[in-house]
Parts: sequence; C-alpha cells; structure tokens
Amino acid sequence: MTVDDRFSQDIRETRTDLPLGTRNEIITGPVSDWATNFSHLEPEWAADPYPIQDDLRQRCPIAHTDRFGGGWLPTRYEDVAAIAYDTERFSSRSIIMSNFRPPLEVAPVGGTPPISSDPPFHHDARKLLLPAFTKAAVAKREAATRALCHTLIDAFEDQPVVDAARDYAQYIPMRVIADMLGFPPQDGPRFREFIENALEGVNLPPEERIARMGKLFDYLLAQIRDHLDHPREDLTTYLINAELYGHKLDPSHVAGTMALLLIAGIDTTWSAIGASLWHLAKTPHDRERLVAEPELLPTAMEEFLRAYAPVTMARLVKEDMHWNGVEMKADDWILLSFPAANRDPQQFDRADEVVIDRQVNRHAAFGLGIHRCVGSHLARMELRVALDVWLERIPDFSLADPAAVTWAAGQVRGPRTLPLRIGIG
Amino acid sequence: MNVRIESQRCHGHGRCYDLAPGLFAEDDEGYGQVIADGVVPPGKEQTARLTMANCPERAIDISEEARDDR
Ligand code: HEM
Ligand code: HEM
Ligand code: SF4
Repeated sequence: MTVDDRFSQDIRETRTDLPLGTRNEIITGPVSDWATNFSHLEPEWAADPYPIQDDLRQRCPIAHTDRFGGGWLPTRYEDVAAIAYDTERFSSRSIIMSNFRPPLEVAPVGGTPPISSDPPFHHDARKLLLPAFTKAAVAKREAATRALCHTLIDAFEDQPVVDAARDYAQYIPMRVIADMLGFPPQDGPRFREFIENALEGVNLPPEERIARMGKLFDYLLAQIRDHLDHPREDLTTYLINAELYGHKLDPSHVAGTMALLLIAGIDTTWSAIGASLWHLAKTPHDRERLVAEPELLPTAMEEFLRAYAPVTMARLVKEDMHWNGVEMKADDWILLSFPAANRDPQQFDRADEVVIDRQVNRHAAFGLGIHRCVGSHLARMELRVALDVWLERIPDFSLADPAAVTWAAGQVRGPRTLPLRIGIG
Repeated sequence: MNVRIESQRCHGHGRCYDLAPGLFAEDDEGYGQVIADGVVPPGKEQTARLTMANCPERAIDISEEARDDR
C-alpha cells in the first residue's frame, strides 16, 4: 500500500500558483443613503436590517454600493430567486462579499467546494456530501443532540439569568459538526475564532485575514493527518478517501470542504436557534401558545427561519450586462439576501409579521436552486430539538435586558449575546 | 388527484416528505420522490396541496383528474 502523501506539504503552498485576484480599498463608516452606498457590515444593519430592506424594496429594489469595489443588493423575492437560479451569469466563486475578489481562474472549483463552485464541477462536489446529510442520516444524531441540550440546561443550575446565545445555542451545532467530522469535542470553542474571521472579519486588512485563515488550515491539516494515521467512521475519513473522476480529491478540496462544513454548519444554526429564542423571549403570546400547543413547533420553526433567515450569500457578476433595469459590470458583487426575499409582501401575506402557525411558507432561508443548503436537514433537526428541549425545560423566560442583546454583523446574522431571565423548575 | 415531482426542479429541500410522509419520501441523496404511483388517497387532498404550496422550488405538480380508469 502506498502512503497517502497528499497532505505532507502545507496545503496553502498548493495554491500559490493561483493569480492574486483583485483587492480594493476598505471603506467603512456610516451609510449616507442605503440605495447608493449600502454596507451590510455597519452596526445599523446588524442591529435591524429589515426596515432598511423594506424601504429599499419599495424605493430602489436593486440598490447599489461603491464599497467592496462595487455591488448590488436586490430585495425582491423574484430578483433574489432569479439570480440564485442563474448560475450562467452569476458565479459563486466567492460567496462572501469582501474587499477581495478571487480571480476568474478559481472557478469552477473555488476555495471551499461545493459552495464556492460553479457548474459543472459543483454538481459532483455536492453529490459527495449529500448522502451524509439526508433526513434519514441526520436522524441518527437526534438522540445525542437531545442529550446535549439537556446537559447544557442542567449546567444553568439555578442562575436567574443565562446567556442563551453563548451558553446554549452556540454549543449545539459546534458539537454536532465536531462529532460528524471526528474532531475532539473539546475543540468546539476554538472553531469560534476561525468562523469569526471568515464571516465577521471581512473588513480587516488582508494580511490579518490571511494569517487567521492560516490557523484554520493548520488545524484542519493536523486533523487530516491524525485521520490518515487512525481512520475512523466520520466525514473526515470519508473525504480523504472520496474519489472524483477516478482520483482522490485534491488536498485543497478536502480541507476546503472541511472548512466549509465547519464555517457553514456552526454560525448559521447557532443564529437560527438564538433568533428563535429571542423572538419567543420578547413575544410572550407566541411563547405561551407554543408551550401550550407543542404540535405547532414545525410551522413555528419554519416561520422563524423565514422571518429571521440567518444567511445572506454573495455572487459575482460574470460579464457586463443590463439586468432588470441596472447596468451590472463584470466582477460586481451581488449581495444575495435570502432574508430580504423572505419578507417580500409580493410573496408572503403579512410578510412583516411572525405568524407561528403559517401554513403556506415557501421561504428561501436555505437558498434556492443548485446550492440549496446541504445541511438543511441537519439544521432543521438541531433547531427542532433545541427549541423542543428548551420549551420543555424552561417554559417561562423573557429578555433580561433588551439593550444587552447583540447581533453578529455580516452575512450570517443572529444573536451573539442573549441574556434571558429564566424561571427554571 | 395525482402528485408528481419535476425532478429537474427538485433540489431536496424536503418540505414535501416533512409535510406528507405518506405521499413523498427521500432518495439516498435527499431528493424528493413520489411514493408508489402518486395517487393521493381520499382525504389527503389538502395535505397534497399544502406540499405544493410549500415547495421552495415549485417542483410539485398536482393534477386533479380522478383517474378512475386505473
Ligand atoms: C439554519 C441553519 C442554516 C442556514 C440558514 C443555512 C443556509 C444556507 C444557504 C442559504 C445556502 C446556500 C448558499 C448559496 O446559495 O450560495 C447554504 C449552503 C450550504 N450549507 Fe447551509 N445553512 C444552515 C446550516 C448548515 C449546516 C448545519 C451545514 C452543514 C453542516 C450547512 C452546510 C452547507 C453547505 C455544504 C452548503 C453548500 C451547498 C452547495 O453549494 O451546494 N449549512 N446554506
Ligand atoms: C495561500 C493560501 C490562501 C490565501 C492567501 C487565502 C486568502 C484569503 C483571503 C485574503 C481571504 C479573505 C478575503 C478578503 O480579504 O476579504 C480568504 C477568505 C477565505 N478563504 Fe482563504 N486563503 C488561502 C487559502 C484558503 C484555503 C486553502 C481555503 C479552503 C480550503 C480557504 C478558504 C477561505 C474561506 C472559506 C474564506 C472566507 C469566505 C470567502 O471569502 O469566500 N482559503 N482567504
Ligand atoms: S419540497 Fe420540493 S424541492 Fe424539496 S424535496 Fe420536495 S419536491 Fe424536492
């Protein structure tokens, strides 16, 4: 048997042949007009993006900014869907709107397949992951997830106020994905730093981002090597052994997909659980109703996903074009706001209200088209179990200090500090 | 009443098999599949319509003919 030497050199060195891409000046500071100068990284957006989006949808449904080297923000469901479906004209080679655009040559694979991939490669990279994330496959993790939720609540003991984002919501996806990838469970908190960099550090100087990104890849490489020495029944071993087109995967594909699962799996679900608890804490009527009628959880959960959709994606325009009334230039960003689409009154009745028994809810929180969230069944399981256990154990809770709630800025939005006053039985 | 999934449009959101496990199931990759011949049992028409209205990809079609000839 030959030794697998794909992972003996630094993965980052395998990427040095790539051209450098485009950087532009970092612009921060208050937004003068959201229609012409938007930025999803300003505190106003993090605190409450919905009034901004609602205003834009009426006044300027495809807003523009010169920040990030130029980009567009569609806020109508119809436009968001059209762009998600049009992989011919909009590329996924970077899905985080920042001041750095990877060069065209990285397509169709991109840094973190399959989210960064375009057709035709995308389909094959995605297919590798699908069987591990079906509803039936993730159901096997439900019992362990439920037990974890109970342990987290046990640890509250008799504190009157707990931070539901930091001490509850956060740990659930962290632990689940660490188990799936076969990482030591105690490493969970270290992932925090990696994710913050990828998703929230977008306006930091590139040198700093590169250095931080390096730490993530050093960590992943150490895990990969450990799995080469000690193969296990987990996703890391699966990816190391997986084949595409008759070859094992490139080292950068293996590490990139692991990075993606870590980044995409944690912040997102953490945000969804946190936002749901935040809503229930500030809306006693919905909380009491859900406690009294637990059979409403499936519709309530979909409604929280619609109204507080945590994930916004990005695309890059491939070529100059006239698109729905605006002049898009090659390499312009599209900030693809599934949250804004989910609140379009053309698509949803009472779009700005949270209706926990909404029957018809064709929301796009998990995206639309070929990039539909691979982890959606896992995320739904985690969200359902997290809310179910919380409501059973802590039926009575409220915001301890509304002003102390903080929200993540950037493309994954959810509460990061959420002090709740709890009446634990 | 009959249900059908346009497989070209289906991206495996799974709303159909969440809402109507008696009518739909997932395949090995999470894509939706119609169970058996897609004939909606009497009394399940409303559930069938609900799946159609909740499929994010609009991949579910319903035809109303009774198909008595089968
Ligand atoms: C509530 C939680 C989550 C939300 C709202 C969410 C949302 C999304 C969205 C909107 C996309 C589409 C990206 C695009 O169009 O560019 C996506 C893709 C993806 N998500 Fe999630 N996600 C969640 C949880 C997860 C989890 C738990 C995992 C896995 C552990 C995961 C893994 C992925 C992957 C691998 C993709 C890329 C799929 C592809 O490009 O084919 N996500 N997610
Ligand atoms: C020499 C190697 C690498 C360099 C120089 C590099 C550089 C960067 C930079 C500069 C950014 C931030 C863009 C900005 O400035 O705003 C970034 C983001 C990112 N990189 Fe890397 N990177 C490298 C390797 C990798 C590898 C190997 C992966 C995955 C396997 C990866 C995954 C990501 C992800 C997930 C992000 C954030 C999401 C995104 O912007 O699409 N990087 N990288
Ligand atoms: S709800 Fe629609 S997209 Fe989802 S599995 Fe069913 S048919 Fe496919």
